[in-house]
Amino acid sequence: MYNEKVMKEFANPQNVGYIEDNDGAGKVGNATCGDIMEITIKVKDNVITDAKFRTFGCAAAVATSSVATNMVIGMTVDDALKLTNAKVVEYLEGLPPQKIHCSVLAEEAIKAAIEDYRKRQAEKEAK
Amino acid sequence: MERRIYLDNSATTHTDPEVLQQMLPYFSEVYGNGSSQHFFGREALVAIDAARERVAKAINAKPTEIYFTSGGTESDNWAIKGAAHAFREKGDHIITTAIEHPAVIQTCKRLEKEGFKVTYLPVTEEGFVTAKQVEEAITDKTILISVMSANNEVGTIEPIREIGAVARAHKILFHTDAVQAVGNLPIDVVKDNIDMLSMSAHKFYGPKGVGVLYKRNGVKIERFMDGGEQERNMRASTLNTPGIVGLGYAIEKAVRDMEKNNAHIAALRDYFVKEVMANISDVRYNGTTDTLRRLASNANFSFEYIEGESILMSLDLAGIAVSSGSACSSGSLEPSYVLLSLGVPIELAHGSIRFSFGKDNTMEETEYTLKKLYEVVARLREMSPLFKKFEGEQKYV
Repeated sequence: MYNEKVMKEFANPQNVGYIEDNDGAGKVGNATCGDIMEITIKVKDNVITDAKFRTFGCAAAVATSSVATNMVIGMTVDDALKLTNAKVVEYLEGLPPQKIHCSVLAEEAIKAAIEDYRKRQAEKEAK
Repeated sequence: MERRIYLDNSATTHTDPEVLQQMLPYFSEVYGNGSSQHFFGREALVAIDAARERVAKAINAKPTEIYFTSGGTESDNWAIKGAAHAFREKGDHIITTAIEHPAVIQTCKRLEKEGFKVTYLPVTEEGFVTAKQVEEAITDKTILISVMSANNEVGTIEPIREIGAVARAHKILFHTDAVQAVGNLPIDVVKDNIDMLSMSAHKFYGPKGVGVLYKRNGVKIERFMDGGEQERNMRASTLNTPGIVGLGYAIEKAVRDMEKNNAHIAALRDYFVKEVMANISDVRYNGTTDTLRRLASNANFSFEYIEGESILMSLDLAGIAVSSGSACSSGSLEPSYVLLSLGVPIELAHGSIRFSFGKDNTMEETEYTLKKLYEVVARLREMSPLFKKFEGEQKYV
């Protein structure tokens, strides 16, 4: 079902965890659907310096979380927003068709974390 | 992969080496068509008839009541559609349960499209239906009752004999999907008041692709496969001689060794369940704790905060084969309808894993599986946004 690349990523995922003093946090999905992804990011000078994830979901959800967080570390916030699920799937050399929605979740979680970051920035500036 | 531990014996079993030995000559030497009149055909027919007698003896039926099919799914389709179509003039109502195998549920759904009405009886939290429930669902239009002997996901054993008695008293046909039961539970079609019964060889250490529909003499249903006159003109298609021979030897051996095998399997299962419940926090044991009413092989758990498919794949990486009721495992969006019917909360149904033990599993394999399961649950919980570290006294995981 899964290719070797996906299984490797699932067996040894990168960036597992929760950044306590995060600059942005995003959580998407719900337990009823069987998928929850939570991503926290650290941002300095508009560049994502760290990203961590916690995922409740299948092997594909874990693998895409790992890849997506890895990809956005070092990116500017604007570039990270352009990350698509297609890029994540491409890196993983493909996912089974019924698992594509997991990669969408990873993209959405990154976007939610960045939105949260921007919201907090805007609040800071307003003060 | 260093280990290969098979704990999915409810999905299928390996063909017993002795059974395989009995089958082999029927591929290459005794290859005649059982319907042919010459000696090649007659040799095959002798073996088929011997298998028919073995099956009949195993369930206290007559050889003329045994029809060979391609497996459990065909037997279920045939029994239910065959009865519905034969009794259409008499009525249009069928009673079954919410936790039947898809081979029964989907067949009933098809009949609903044809205009039949189907009652899917709910089950208790432990996974049981009662004869009383069945009796109360009967209308003057009821033509068929189909209740499984034992459930494939949670292993609950249904009160077939009582349900059969209710059906008999109301002169309604009673079919049971006994695919999970044959070879694991004593079955007596006479005492259990069964009119039709489905079984599949590969669930009791026989080959895949061959099964049986038992149909009590006198019960008239429509034929399923059109074509030649095989199986007393009820099921066309050239008989699968090696498969049928294998099924015959497999059922004979399974029934003969039933007590011994069940004692061994239950010892492993009971130990496994005890250890899991003692060493893992926030785990739910799905199905009944009454071991007399549960298949000896079956253990089904939901592990909170984590998802079933990721548990399955992690165990897979450790060389352990199990199955899961999570949506991700089934390819659909819904987790196991069986677990939902038992009232298991949807998020816990997503985190369910079935371990099904077999006669060749060992205590060493069970210990290894426990050790790996603790590691897997701990790792995935560490990764889960739903998991909060426990305060105070901690369990293993």
